[in-house]
Amino acid sequence: MSLARRIAALFRAKAHRVLDSAEDPREVLDYSYSRQLELLNQVRRGVADVATSRKRVELQLSQLRESAARLEEQARQALSLGKEEIARQALTRRATALSRADELQGQYASLQEEENRLTAASRRLQAKVEAFRTHKEVIKATYTTAEAHTRISESVTGLSEEMGDVGLAVQRAEDRTAQLQARAGALDELLASGVLEDATLPAGRDDLQAQLEGAVAGGDIDEQLDRMKRELHAAPASAALPTAPTPSAPAAESTPSAPSAESTSPVLSTESTAGERRDQEGTS
Amino acid sequence: MIVRILGEGQLDIADQHLDELNALDDRLQAAVDAGDTEAFTGALQALLDSVRRLGTPLPEDTLAASELVLPDEDTTLEQVRSLLAEEGLIPG
Repeated sequence: MSLARRIAALFRAKAHRVLDSAEDPREVLDYSYSRQLELLNQVRRGVADVATSRKRVELQLSQLRESAARLEEQARQALSLGKEEIARQALTRRATALSRADELQGQYASLQEEENRLTAASRRLQAKVEAFRTHKEVIKATYTTAEAHTRISESVTGLSEEMGDVGLAVQRAEDRTAQLQARAGALDELLASGVLEDATLPAGRDDLQAQLEGAVAGGDIDEQLDRMKRELHAAPASAALPTAPTPSAPAAESTPSAPSAESTSPVLSTESTAGERRDQEGTS
Repeated sequence: MIVRILGEGQLDIADQHLDELNALDDRLQAAVDAGDTEAFTGALQALLDSVRRLGTPLPEDTLAASELVLPDEDTTLEQVRSLLAEEGLIPG
């Protein structure tokens, strides 16, 4: 027997077991009807569960995208201050956030599909519940043993098949949702830790934000020092001669013009690659 | 003939198409017997495509049993086997 016939036979066998177990075939009608209502509730719960999971994934996706944008901003800021190590850290975390987002996008699509399927299943079952309810009252009213048995058998078999089908769909959705829950939970923890949002949070190294802020503050102080030094040089030209070479050496190292010109080009190049990456995201 | 695609519903297929469907059904069965995963996926897809193309969806409130029941394209050979191995797997 072919595969498709065997599966069909399985569904029928199930219905026949139910029919055979009843002394009066009319009992089967009521039993089937109550099972149907139970299943309908189960499908509706299934739809709600899948929708909840989908919304959770949706939220995580938008969090990851915000993180990526924030990290890119941090990288740019760090680079403009000449802190390449921090910029590298931020870009690495940005890449992680983006790849998580890619994975999630796939899961999101499959959840969406599952939700559509279940919604359709629930609608079909609802229509059959209505049809069966009318049918069962008619059969009960016109009950004449042999005839009724055939008609009950027909409708119960058709119904049982639908219920088996919908039951399988619910099981499948439950399995998939359970798998996703586990993964979503892990990602929630990761997002809550902030590691995917903020390159300045510790991830086994020093607090990068503190370094960044230190660098900003340090820059200001260096500038002020330079200005003071220049003022000092300008005023007592001859008197301070012996002490002059010592402060002038570090001052030359931190001359603002040279390093800032140097750091401009890398900022531009990362911007353009980041822009390209964003374009790709947009098209995918 | 009434054919069900699991998760999608039932379709009615006119008798003149039965030969075509039977040929595809045989191909699917051969793949299952051979345990050939790739052939299984291909044959199932071909059969599903034909059923969708040739069949007319039954009204949703129809209460009729199907002659053929097909798993949808996401189903693996392994899942089909476990479905066949244990009747109890069918809920409802």
